[in-house]
Amino acid sequence: MSEATAPDTPNPWRRRALLLAPLVVAGGAGLGFYAMLRGLGTGSYDPRGVPSALIGKAPPDFSLPPLEGADRPGLSAADLHGQGRPVLVNFFASWCVPCVIEHPQMMRLSRAGVPVFGVAYKDKPQDSLGFLQRHGNPYARLGVDLPGRVAIDWGLYGVPETYLIDKSGVIRWRWAGPVTEDTLTQDLEPLLRRYA
Amino acid sequence: MIPELGHFALALALALSLAQAVFGLWGAQRAEPRLMAATAPLAIGTLIATGTAFACLMWSFAVNDTTVSAVVQNSHSAKPMLYKLTGTWGNHEGSMVLWVLILALCGGAVAGFGRKLPSTLQARVLAVLALVAVGFLAFILGTSDPFLRVWPPPMDGQGLNPILQDPGLAFHPPLLYLGYVGFSVTFAFAIAALIEGRVDAAWGRWVRPWALAAWSFLTLGIALGSWWAYYELGWGGYWFWDPVENASLLPWLAGCALLHSAIVVEKREALKTWTVFLALLAFGLSLLGTFLVRSGVLNSVHAFANDPARGVFILFLLMVYVGGGFALFAWRAAAMAPTGVFAPLSREGALVLNNLLLCSIAAVVLVGTLYPMFADLILKQKISVGPPFFNSATLPLVVPLIGAMALGPVLPWKRARLWPALQRLWWAALGALAALLLCLALEGQQIGPALGFAAAAWLILGAVADIADRIALFSRPRAALARARGLPRAAWGGAIAHAGLGVMMLGLAGMGLATDRLALLQPGQSASLAGYDYRLDSVQDVAGPNFSARRATVTVTRNGRDVVVLTPERRSFPVGRMTTTEAAIHTTWLSDLYVVLGDERDGGAVLRIHHNPLAPWIWFGAAIMALGGGISLSDRRIRVSAPAAKLARGEVTA
Repeated sequence: MSEATAPDTPNPWRRRALLLAPLVVAGGAGLGFYAMLRGLGTGSYDPRGVPSALIGKAPPDFSLPPLEGADRPGLSAADLHGQGRPVLVNFFASWCVPCVIEHPQMMRLSRAGVPVFGVAYKDKPQDSLGFLQRHGNPYARLGVDLPGRVAIDWGLYGVPETYLIDKSGVIRWRWAGPVTEDTLTQDLEPLLRRYA
Repeated sequence: MIPELGHFALALALALSLAQAVFGLWGAQRAEPRLMAATAPLAIGTLIATGTAFACLMWSFAVNDTTVSAVVQNSHSAKPMLYKLTGTWGNHEGSMVLWVLILALCGGAVAGFGRKLPSTLQARVLAVLALVAVGFLAFILGTSDPFLRVWPPPMDGQGLNPILQDPGLAFHPPLLYLGYVGFSVTFAFAIAALIEGRVDAAWGRWVRPWALAAWSFLTLGIALGSWWAYYELGWGGYWFWDPVENASLLPWLAGCALLHSAIVVEKREALKTWTVFLALLAFGLSLLGTFLVRSGVLNSVHAFANDPARGVFILFLLMVYVGGGFALFAWRAAAMAPTGVFAPLSREGALVLNNLLLCSIAAVVLVGTLYPMFADLILKQKISVGPPFFNSATLPLVVPLIGAMALGPVLPWKRARLWPALQRLWWAALGALAALLLCLALEGQQIGPALGFAAAAWLILGAVADIADRIALFSRPRAALARARGLPRAAWGGAIAHAGLGVMMLGLAGMGLATDRLALLQPGQSASLAGYDYRLDSVQDVAGPNFSARRATVTVTRNGRDVVVLTPERRSFPVGRMTTTEAAIHTTWLSDLYVVLGDERDGGAVLRIHHNPLAPWIWFGAAIMALGGGISLSDRRIRVSAPAAKLARGEVTA
């Protein structure tokens, strides 16, 4: 453009800088795109997922009582690391239809030996118990969050919602919505292998 | 056997392209005529090899060869033959082969029709085209092999996405690719010019037809995609500012700027650096679109199944071509001295304004598209940039652009005076004002559509005024017809393309007045919208060739008289486990009556009824714009001095 308005180009250095600008912009964008592609691989960049402020951080401190009659211990922040392998925290409720859809996948993970910890979110204990008796209980530990306080600390988007916490107790992945078969095979299983 | 032949042909094309790139660059540098002379036959060889590979892939789809992975994933024996064939490019692997085939076609065209070019320029252009081909062939062979076999073969394929089984969409990608890849030729010319350190009028004459052809195809491709979204997706909209739509709009804007600034290079030898930059930019934005769609870095309804390894490879190619091009630009562009000088108010000045505005619009669209991704990456914030941003940010740029569009062509070169130009356009301005006031009077406080109608009148009447002035229709009407025949086709093409945008503005303004309603109707009940009554007669089951559907029968009446019977459908495809909505559309050219069948409950059905005034003119206008490009391409000046236009026109009819 400069030649149209100033054909005699008074300052060659400025002109040089101007001619260099496209390269600099393209290079910067390229670095950004590369970071995005890397992030796609590690899960830190996901254009589809609902964001979580907790990715890469330790979960908030909490302690939840066990579900009466479910014969499983309660859940607290201390239980989330020191397992020697990645663990899953699954927020569910008996009143939530997608939770029924995702339940077989949780059962499958549990049978495969993955520690799945459950949090019954704003759900009457007897209803949660009925839900687990009907569909099976995949949870190695189970906390009851009747008032939904702990869910607020976690930044819960809705139920069901699932978090993957690695060996060192850092949240690596968050999935808002049901874990379907596709999610299991395409997202979760590769992540479990990576953080194993 | 056939798939292996195709695979071998791809590898052969890679080897030939590599030789073509090395011979061309080395030969031109050393002024070695024998090496340079080898590039043209090599380009023809590459064309034959990629053509063979594409034919092999198409054959695999046609016979539904289930040992080929791409066929298994994207085809099915129950599909109609047309969609089996178009399915060849309806997937990632096949579409890349088509991409390379079109690139080879362009190379073959430069080789075949470019004999009048200086031999070093031709060799360098062919070498750069071959370098692009090498990258993409390596990409196909390395990460997305279309001929990958599966064993044991499954019983049948997994079907094509039923939304893609549509004639509009079947031909949308090839047209887009013709546009994208066409810009690779202008890119190659720009690189060759940077290596030689010289841009002159002859260069501009060569670049312009390619920019025109690429731009015309891109116009058609984008319009076809938008039309498809309108009638197939059943949302009643035509443009959603989806990132992938934006990715195709960006090279269109840059290409539009390029074909205008190439005129200045050709006629006045000015704006050289800028034109070279635009040529690099247009191709860079085409590649950026490819990267965004296929790497999975953005969230869109259009995105292909993604694989980070592919994303890294495309990013690498993007950086090599665009980064390399811009590095060469930074190093060499300063050498290109402009010779033509002009006053701000002149034809050149108007074209500079056109370029500034088009590039500003492109910048707005680019930022709006990429900002959410970079905000996510750097600031860890999820934001979405939607139609309100794009509409309000581009409007202040589009208004002066349209204002200048009618004015520019009537300005003389070098130095102009405003008053005589305005005198030629006074009745176009009067028409625009009348359209504005008429719309405000009839439709009330609808400022957007009113502006749209004014713009449409201004552009169409302005184009007529331009032609009338050139053939002296009013001052010496008797010889006007003879002068019209003698007028260069480029002048006709430009006026027609500008009027085409006016026709499109008519449609856009009409769509600004669109109304819709949602009605739950029992059979026999009716709803009314914009003076039409829609009566739901029945909802029945029907069976199609590879789907079953629920079909509603809706009788449309106006003042008690029957207008049309519409049958919107909801189809479910058992193979793909998908449902699609088939909107029923009746067009009167003045408006579209558009009905979509929604959920059924309590014995009734939910109907979404749209009344879209002037909707068809949007795509009709785009077709006129592309036609204008085609007419401009057939200009004798281009044909005589740059025979490549012949091929580009041949592609229009193909």
